Amino acid sequence: MTVAPEKNPPVKLPNEPVITPQIVAEHGLAPDEYERLLKIMGRTPTMVELGIFSAMWSEHCSYKSSKVWLKKLPTKAPWVIQGPGENAGVIDIGDGQAAIFKMESHNHPSYIEPYQGAATGVGGILRDVFTMGARPIANLNALRFGDPKNAKTRHLVSGVVAGIAGYGNCMGIPTVGGETNFHAAYNGNILVNAMTVGVAATDKIFYAAAAGIGNPMVYVGSKTGRDGIHGATMSSTEFNEDSESKRPTVQVGDPFVEKLLLEACLELMATDAIIAIQDMGAAGLTSSSFEMAAKGGLGLVMELDKVPMRETGMNPYELMLSESQERMLIVLKPGREDEARKIFEKWELDFAVIGHLTDTERMVLTWHGDVVGNIPIPPLVTEAPMYERPWTLTPLPPELDAAKVPAPTDWKASLLTLMSCPDLASKAWIWHQYDHLIMGNTAIRPQGGDAALVRVPGAPKAASHKGLAMTSDCTPRYVQAHPETGGRQAVAEAWRNITAVGARPLAVTDNMNFGNPQKPEIMGQFAGAIMGMAEACIALDFPVVSGNVSLYNETEGRPILPTPTIGAVGVIDDIATSAGSRLVQSGLALVLIGKTKGWLGQSIYLRELHGREEGAPPPVDLAVERRNGDFVRGEIVGRRVHACHDLSDGGLLVALAEMCLAGGTGACIKLPESDVAPHAYLYGEDQGRYLIATDDGPALVEAAHKAGVPAVLLGYSGGPDITVDGLLALPLQELRDAHENWLPGYMNSAA
Amino acid sequence: MKARVHVTLKNGVLDPQGKAIGHSLNRLGFPEVGDVRQGKFIELELAETDKVKAKARVEEMCRKLLANTVIENYSIELVG
Amino acid sequence: MKAAVLVFPGSNREGDVAQAIELVTGRRPQMVWHGDGDFEKVDLIVVPGGFSYGDYLRCGAMAAQSPVMAEVKKRAAQGVPVLGICNGFQIVTEAGLLPGTLMRNSHLKFVCADVHLRVETSQSLFTNRYQAGQVIKVPVAHAEGNYFADADTMKRLEDRGQIAFRYCGPDGSIIDGRGNPNGSSSNIAGVFNDTKTVLGLMPHPENAVEPMFGGTDGKALFEGMVEALS
Repeated sequence: MTVAPEKNPPVKLPNEPVITPQIVAEHGLAPDEYERLLKIMGRTPTMVELGIFSAMWSEHCSYKSSKVWLKKLPTKAPWVIQGPGENAGVIDIGDGQAAIFKMESHNHPSYIEPYQGAATGVGGILRDVFTMGARPIANLNALRFGDPKNAKTRHLVSGVVAGIAGYGNCMGIPTVGGETNFHAAYNGNILVNAMTVGVAATDKIFYAAAAGIGNPMVYVGSKTGRDGIHGATMSSTEFNEDSESKRPTVQVGDPFVEKLLLEACLELMATDAIIAIQDMGAAGLTSSSFEMAAKGGLGLVMELDKVPMRETGMNPYELMLSESQERMLIVLKPGREDEARKIFEKWELDFAVIGHLTDTERMVLTWHGDVVGNIPIPPLVTEAPMYERPWTLTPLPPELDAAKVPAPTDWKASLLTLMSCPDLASKAWIWHQYDHLIMGNTAIRPQGGDAALVRVPGAPKAASHKGLAMTSDCTPRYVQAHPETGGRQAVAEAWRNITAVGARPLAVTDNMNFGNPQKPEIMGQFAGAIMGMAEACIALDFPVVSGNVSLYNETEGRPILPTPTIGAVGVIDDIATSAGSRLVQSGLALVLIGKTKGWLGQSIYLRELHGREEGAPPPVDLAVERRNGDFVRGEIVGRRVHACHDLSDGGLLVALAEMCLAGGTGACIKLPESDVAPHAYLYGEDQGRYLIATDDGPALVEAAHKAGVPAVLLGYSGGPDITVDGLLALPLQELRDAHENWLPGYMNSAA
Repeated sequence: MKARVHVTLKNGVLDPQGKAIGHSLNRLGFPEVGDVRQGKFIELELAETDKVKAKARVEEMCRKLLANTVIENYSIELVG
Repeated sequence: MKAAVLVFPGSNREGDVAQAIELVTGRRPQMVWHGDGDFEKVDLIVVPGGFSYGDYLRCGAMAAQSPVMAEVKKRAAQGVPVLGICNGFQIVTEAGLLPGTLMRNSHLKFVCADVHLRVETSQSLFTNRYQAGQVIKVPVAHAEGNYFADADTMKRLEDRGQIAFRYCGPDGSIIDGRGNPNGSSSNIAGVFNDTKTVLGLMPHPENAVEPMFGGTDGKALFEGMVEALS
């Protein structure tokens, strides 16, 4: 490696400490990583330079433990415009329009300060999407909390939900979907994964690569304060007792300013003044400026004293590492500064030219005229540490014999227990705090279908309404039991949920939440999950276009359940041909699609009624998945389906109960002749299955059989009860009370 | 000169936030806490040096913006 | 009907109401920036929902002091109809165009849900397409919709028929505050000024104008205004 000779070695700032091994360690750099730094720099770094390396080489920014594995995921398809590597993924949805989306975690900050952590998580992912030129049209979020009995859980749920609501509602973006689970493995390390979907014209997409030597670099948005300094390094280390005292490093969000920033950016994007644009997320000004210069193969000079500051006495180190929110970096075409400034001033936002592009491939930082940092850009990226950490795959547990799992002694009680358990109880208490209707495009609301369905604004005027279906899915207990199966299942379930509303699944964003990658069994979970996901994404033509990795999700050495959250997007040409899951009409035939073996291993039934988390998770046959799904989608868009629900947690009976409750109509079914025990038939979690309500049951069954798809007519909708012939008759109202009262009751009870 | 403005809810106006704070304090082991009323504290840096004039101006600010006199009272304290 | 929709920093449902007006009139309303004290003559002024100025200090307080609101007050005094929805209702009360105020929801949380409203009178330019006593379903989405006014004001509102909408059960009944999403006094969801030319309401009729996107119960409000103002 050759290093260009340094013309302007940096000056030391007053009070600048001497770099000691201790200071290096505090910056999260391993001794060999520091050696690498010295080789690149050819001298001892200044504090600001050390801070920059530390941030750029943190797990959060460099993906040093995960990169080798992420490369195994498929990222291409004819409809993919931009895969991983930009702020968000971009796919073509027809009519000259693109969907731009990504999911991102804000786990550690949300545990420390749930309201602000979750709020700024939403703010960050929104910026990732509108940075690329899209107007956000929907938010989703996947939340995992600890055991409800844990002393902190209630406070965390309350704060996280209020934070998501506070930010998303103020921004005026509907929060239309998501999922919430509880498990003791998240007691000290909750997960907050936020996803945003936006829409832009395919010829008006903005990227981060800087271009044009001499062009101005412009800072817009909020002023910089001392928020979250070292947030990126913080979220790359394990939690310990000390993290309770790390509170001040959590950044505070201002959704009002972000709303102004959104409008101002979109207004500027409507002109042709922008060359490149990048939001300041983790590691703030450092990573945004580096990425822009590195992607453009250029260098830059930044005059840090020109950065708008909120507090007095700030220094270059703080300015480069601050994670103050609601800020953007823009490269403008020369001479367009005044035009841009006018727009930002109209929206009452800061605007400052803080530097310009050079051909040196170096980042030169100045402070009142003195050079305080001078780093060669390419080696910082190309020489970044990358690890193929040792990994051990989790062996597949033996299959659990359903015959050895006891049937419920009281069927009624069993269904009431499942429908009111924390994972399956209604989450209405949560989503009623989210404005899920603003923009007037929400066609399928939370609990109204397997995926949220939102009309695409700006599509050509026609009688039909094009829609985007979106969902987020993962079954962490399956991933824990066998990561490959769990990874495959998470992707398949997302694909199934998009299918179940009648939409064509298009692409995926993944949010990989795992424990400490330096432990071979954790790295093995990561590797296994990726292998399963890759296989499913390939088989289902469901490429990964964006994503985020969150590692070190451990407390005192105890890891979370491995949680590769899959966010997915699909398209439907006409919302009028979609289907929700609400059973609103009597006399409809209920047809079960897919084969039922009665798989009880790792089922919710096993866990909630027998306190056991055992066995192999249900296998996913991807060819069957695709065949069944394609059939179901055809029936839905052919308008032969009134309602459709995929079978997941809790199996057939829970799916039926959810359909009945959502639509306020009862149902009566009879189990077909089979050698599967009734409790395994009703509560087993075999994959690739759907429950469909239709006018003509026999016709649907016949069509399915013609397509080689297993299908059986189980019964009809109607009446005030949910009835399984010979086993169960439960008034819907009693079921509703159990299902809907758990969460509000829990949240309102004394700590 | 500095003006410190306290904005509080009028007596008789329900204060759900105050009530929630009271409940939480009771729950946290402060049974001695009875009624809780919450409000806002606003500090203003003023160029004015004349106390009488300053008071009149801040009064006007309170009536026009800082307080909603339908439900809120305000009090003003001048310092320095 | 020529309509103007005001836009403040932080407004976010101006597009929704503009879309509803366009759907009914076939014409895009004029969008008016908060700093513009002067704007074209119109038949209706809409103050839309959102979080003007981030809802900081008090919802609607800062927007109520903007140049555009000074102009709105002047025109309202001349009888130009004003419709304030959600944050717009808060702004209009802060500006003194309607009595009372909107306080924090009694349960302290933001609430987004469909609610049932009982139309209290059809005798206004806003409600002429509804029947008195009719029950409609439209959504609410707010954290501060808890209507409050002193006893004298409440009595005056009742006596003069200035209550436009009340939250109710699906059958129109109001028992023990049933159907009330925010703790509002007397289940009030919307009120008129004494000439019934200004209406403020917390629910969002603009999000209930299309069958596949929330139903159509809010559409008659816009159709009624078109009929009265064209």
